[in-house]
Amino acid sequence: MARIFLGLEQRRFTGGVAEVEMQASTVKQLIAKLEARFPGIAEQLEGTAVAIDGSIVAHATYEPVPEDAEIHFVPTPSGG
Amino acid sequence: MTNPEETTPSKPDYKYIGTRPIRPDGLDKVTGRARFAADLSLPGMLAGHVLRSPHAHARIVSIDTSAAEAIAGVKAVVTRSDFPDLDPANPEYNVTRNLMARDKVLYEGHVVAAVAASSRHIAKLATEAIAVEYEVLPHVLTVDEAMADGAPLLHSDLLTQNVEPEATEASNVARRTVLERGDVEAGFAEADVVIEREFTTKPVHQGYIEPHAVVADTSQDDTSVVWCSSQGHFRVQSQTATMLGWESSQIKVIPAEIGGGFGGKTTIYLEPLAVLLSRKANRPVKLVMSRDEVFRATGPTSGTRIRVKLGAKKDGTLTAGKAWLAYEDGAFPGIWGMLGCWCIFTPYDIPNFHIEGFDVVVNKPVNIAYRAPSAPMAAFATETVLDEIARAVGIDPLDLRLQNAAKEGDASPLGPKHGPIGLSETLDAIRKHPHYSAPLGPNQGRGVATGYWFNIGESSSASVNLNENGTAVVATGSPDIGGSRASMAIMAAEVLGIHPDRIRPVVGDTESIGFTDTTEGSRTTFATGWAVIEACRKIVTELKSRAATMWDVDGEEVEWVDGEARHTKGDNDPLPLAKITAAAKQTGGPLTASASLNAKGAGPAFCSQVCDVEVDPETGLVTILRFTTAQDAGRAIHPSYVEGQMQGGVVQGIGWALNEEYIFDGNGIMENAGFLDYRMPVASDLPMIDTIIVEVPNPVHPYGVRGVGEVGIVPPIPAIANAIHDATGVRLRDLPMSPVRVLEALTNGNGNSDGDA
Repeated sequence: MARIFLGLEQRRFTGGVAEVEMQASTVKQLIAKLEARFPGIAEQLEGTAVAIDGSIVAHATYEPVPEDAEIHFVPTPSGG
Repeated sequence: MTNPEETTPSKPDYKYIGTRPIRPDGLDKVTGRARFAADLSLPGMLAGHVLRSPHAHARIVSIDTSAAEAIAGVKAVVTRSDFPDLDPANPEYNVTRNLMARDKVLYEGHVVAAVAASSRHIAKLATEAIAVEYEVLPHVLTVDEAMADGAPLLHSDLLTQNVEPEATEASNVARRTVLERGDVEAGFAEADVVIEREFTTKPVHQGYIEPHAVVADTSQDDTSVVWCSSQGHFRVQSQTATMLGWESSQIKVIPAEIGGGFGGKTTIYLEPLAVLLSRKANRPVKLVMSRDEVFRATGPTSGTRIRVKLGAKKDGTLTAGKAWLAYEDGAFPGIWGMLGCWCIFTPYDIPNFHIEGFDVVVNKPVNIAYRAPSAPMAAFATETVLDEIARAVGIDPLDLRLQNAAKEGDASPLGPKHGPIGLSETLDAIRKHPHYSAPLGPNQGRGVATGYWFNIGESSSASVNLNENGTAVVATGSPDIGGSRASMAIMAAEVLGIHPDRIRPVVGDTESIGFTDTTEGSRTTFATGWAVIEACRKIVTELKSRAATMWDVDGEEVEWVDGEARHTKGDNDPLPLAKITAAAKQTGGPLTASASLNAKGAGPAFCSQVCDVEVDPETGLVTILRFTTAQDAGRAIHPSYVEGQMQGGVVQGIGWALNEEYIFDGNGIMENAGFLDYRMPVASDLPMIDTIIVEVPNPVHPYGVRGVGEVGIVPPIPAIANAIHDATGVRLRDLPMSPVRVLEALTNGNGNSDGDA
């Protein structure tokens, strides 16, 4: 099961839950499962980058979610 | 300089990576032959000029262009009525309203109209003939003014994001960001020393030497060719099309040589104006900003107010941190406060923290990225307080940092855990450097600081074409702002096994190379280089196949070593690359390959720096005596250009620390929009910046690359502030630390009312 860590902005939809465990084959499926459990959260998560075991991926919709991965949804970064 | 080998005993046996060939664009640049956008001249080309707001905040009552249009030689005029109004939900909504003011002007320099005429003189006269009636409104210039109760509002519909309960009334605060972990109050209770300080910084400009410039040639079928100075021509294409209500495919953008960007050329300012003026006039149009316009109308970085509180045990272990950050965004909402939150405590493993940041709109030019955007201000606060903590607990400031440095497996404040990172190695490298133990004289002091920048990946494309004579052309979609073409050639050389001089790296336009994200976030050598590696690997596979055809053997019997095909199960003579390319027509046609990717796993960048200063007690002048920077490059593809990036970041940080600031009068008008009054450091102000390249490879990248372009600008401000304190006993917490401010602090005994450790 992957461990999904939810930031403060995401916890508005989870009733304060900061971490959940879920199994999903892709980030898209993971967001769908989170939406089913925490209605409204999908809109907040879609378009963000995703850190999978510490490796940040932008445009991550179809990224595989490894078994036992640590997942964070983070704002899409930019730079100079 | 220190060669990377000295800090990386296990470096793989590369043939070209880590070598220092002459950059392919160097000769043209030093001889003046390089062509920048402003150098381009097309038959029948018109000159453009932009009319800008003289007010910091005003409602536009009316615009009358009739007198301008009547001037002989004026061929086209554009105003707000020529551009479609986007849905506010469109991500480029604010960009388009920055490029052309609609109902209000939001800062001095905001675009009101543009003219194309037969000469620059006539175009300028015409803009002066445009009659604009303004209703001047009260303005706000700082986060303090903008966040005050009853402050004049820039946007009547701006609701603060991420507050509880949800905002229902407009304000100038665009976004609140909060990051937290553990129990911060319990952490402070556990501490033996707690220090809280407040810091302010002023907006500063990226200061690229080449002003923004564009030439647009628009056809009557609504297609346009655009030449411009930009860090990302695909973004120019999409943003320009969005602003005009066109399809991106209607616009071809050809990247000109670029004279510096540092983040400031990651957005557009002139391109849609030039395209539309050209469409109206049916002639090519050139627009070139003056330096005055660059200062008044393009993105400086944020002015800030930041409070940091840190707690530590007597043994130096950090127990808690609290930060409050307010960043100016300029006239439209940005992400700069959010980025400050991401960076402010990241170099350290602090078990309990609370970080709260705000993005705030003010009546100033729209802030845009500047080299590790938002990190230097955050580091100024944290690294200065850390220096006080070190003195309070009696631990060497480098040792204190090393003791608390983030390591592999530690979770960053944003959440994800760090992979292999080189912060401790950079601190260690500084401690071992002779600079750190060199004696100091009277009025001299030494300061240290560290810096973090997260770096990014994103999308890149590359293609490689092998010529008949065995040379190669490597094309990418990444504008070269720091020597990246040289790095592309080296990485291609390593895969192909031919010398970098046999490879010509070029930057393709939007119609000749696949989509590539903007050159920003220190991503190009990492992500675009990775695409180059993949394209070259594909072509090596094809070269092996062609060799098998030439030998009439199975493809699995061929290996590629050192630029030639070798027959592993027979006695055929090796086939060098040039022999295979010479026979390409007989073996299947030209040899070409391309690759595109969305690069994941950009390795974060860390660096550590030490600085010596001398402070003149009579004038307050701070002279930088010596500066050494150690940075984790992951793997230095071309060490000279890594060193150049490290040095360039330091120099810009020195200017930010000591001299640079936007100065406004009471009406919100910038008073120092030129390099005489906005003082950037020049070579004679500086010592040689010594560099130490540390290499802790990024395990995700084929060659271990992590971005190097930005983090060097992060530590100089606090390193200098700490050195000034070491020299004088005075803490400065407001930028710039100019002679007048230093002298005032020396005279008063301290620069700040909240005391010192």
